[in-house]
Amino acid sequence: MAVTGFLTDSTLCIGCKACEVACKEWNDVPDDGFVWSGLSYDNTLALGHSTYRHVKFVEREPTAGCGGNSSAQVTWEFSSDVCRHCGNAGCLEACPTGSIVRTEFGSVFVQPDICNGCGYCVVSCPFGVIDRRPGDGRAFKCTFCYDRQKAGAEPACAKACPTGSIIFGPLDDLERAADRRLAQLRANGMDDASIWNPKETSVGGTHAFFIVRGDARDYNLPPNPQVPTVLLKQSWSAAGIAAAAIAGASLLTFALGKKRNAGVTPAGPAASRRRTAKPSTFAGNAAPAQASHSAARTPPGQPARRQRSAGERRTTR
Amino acid sequence: MKTPDQFSEKRLEQLREQAALGRVDAKGIRPSGSPMPATPSYYGLPIVKPPVWTWEVPLYFFAGGAAGASSVIAIAAQLAGASPSLVRDARWIAAIGAAASGPLLILDLGRPERFLNMLRVFKPQSAMSVGAWTLSVFGTTTAGAVIAEMLGMKRIGDASALAAALSGLVMSTYTGVLLGATAIPVWAAHAKTLPIHFGASALASATAILTLRGHGEQALNALALAAAAFETYTGIEIESDRSIDSEPLRLGVTGTTTRIGGFFSGPLPLVLRLIGIRSKRARRAAAASALLGSLITRVAWIEAGKASAADPRPHLQGSQEKE
Repeated sequence: MAVTGFLTDSTLCIGCKACEVACKEWNDVPDDGFVWSGLSYDNTLALGHSTYRHVKFVEREPTAGCGGNSSAQVTWEFSSDVCRHCGNAGCLEACPTGSIVRTEFGSVFVQPDICNGCGYCVVSCPFGVIDRRPGDGRAFKCTFCYDRQKAGAEPACAKACPTGSIIFGPLDDLERAADRRLAQLRANGMDDASIWNPKETSVGGTHAFFIVRGDARDYNLPPNPQVPTVLLKQSWSAAGIAAAAIAGASLLTFALGKKRNAGVTPAGPAASRRRTAKPSTFAGNAAPAQASHSAARTPPGQPARRQRSAGERRTTR
Repeated sequence: MKTPDQFSEKRLEQLREQAALGRVDAKGIRPSGSPMPATPSYYGLPIVKPPVWTWEVPLYFFAGGAAGASSVIAIAAQLAGASPSLVRDARWIAAIGAAASGPLLILDLGRPERFLNMLRVFKPQSAMSVGAWTLSVFGTTTAGAVIAEMLGMKRIGDASALAAALSGLVMSTYTGVLLGATAIPVWAAHAKTLPIHFGASALASATAILTLRGHGEQALNALALAAAAFETYTGIEIESDRSIDSEPLRLGVTGTTTRIGGFFSGPLPLVLRLIGIRSKRARRAAAASALLGSLITRVAWIEAGKASAADPRPHLQGSQEKE
């Protein structure tokens, strides 16, 4: 099976939201409320547990050469956002149940019959795509229309897109198509056009990538996303240091405490302190285990003390 | 899972035709010349999603951490031949903490009835998976230690307690990795410090519970002193961190919570423990303060994570600033 991908060309998007509707209908995604955001024509606001396609409406100061817009008018650009299906997917790595898998199409897929809603994928996605659906309890995101791809059809959003802004196809072909399109845009004077695909980062490139104009950060496309697994090494090293410190400090303080108590207590049976203080009779023994061993064969030097120590241990336990 | 048929494909065609007909004559809704956001971002909307975890998770961090450290104290005390009542109490605290941890984690799941799916696979690259397995081992061995002792099987009890201590070391520190290795800026920025911070907090709460149980060993006091000293240092480090990523630890409600948690975990028990070398009352006060501090600190970190997720700035920093 060829690895497939999405190329979303924002320069062709007209903000019709047909992709949002087609996705909701095909995937039976529930209603997730309706708010007037006041942020341009965008009342969807973000990808989430019940939004797998989200059209952004970017309004910003006009820049010279931004085709069609006069300087008296803000520029208005659209871009349909979707799960990136990362090369190194944070959600997939984080999933403790193995519910999230990579499919034969190279996409990242949540198996709904296995997800138990632990929520760890939610904080592991560097793009805020996946989320837990309230009421349902499981995590949801774009399926890359796994069922449609299985049947040889293209994803619903790509099929419903009226302008060819959402292009579906083999990933290699799309990457070449994006390069050609970028060259064409540049030739047409759109010098601010660029391809957003974080190949140089730990995310390792994405299977859904974008052609945008101007500063990609205005589309909330992070310039330097990071897959959280790169933090594991330093974090586990720190955990190792912490564990060693806890173990070392505990062993040391109790060992020292024993020695100190042994030092201040008289050699004889210290009846008054027996409950709280360590048995004084441990003085001189490296470890309790050794004490009971040596009790059998007592060196002639200090027989009385050692025998009592072994006896006392048996009674106190 | 659906299969595309002629009706579904016709519907998609229909959507495409309808969408192409739509026409809007406006050009955005922002009046020309109106102020634009100074920093680049999509209307300042969040980039990452906030954690969905509720009160169970910080409480689990607290209980599991205290139980983990307690199991280590139990072994250390036993090896040094400390009072058997201390060893027994430490083992019981570990067992009770572990027994509480399981239900807390299960309650937090979106589908609690599927909690066993956690044990379908073992994934070392997922701190959540490592944690689920560790808790399984820790819960079994801590329970084994106290049950075997009650049944008079001392050897099995001791072996179980040793295994509990080894998994307990992971229990008291892995939660720092769990938060650290994520996309939440404030957590990721502390990936290196969180495990040590949480470990110290776990040690502080374990010694605190034992102190409140009436154990006055100087070794316990020394351990608590060390933990409080480290927490004081952590507090200073947080206060002096001026990065955007760490803002939720200093500003707003989460900043205040962090500070309160830090005060009760660091300086206050530190001073009280120093007095507590001679005074039993001061020791008990220090223990109460450390317990409260540990709990508030765990809540503060989760809440700081939620606040951090709402801020797109850390993710939109230029490529030069981040590794």
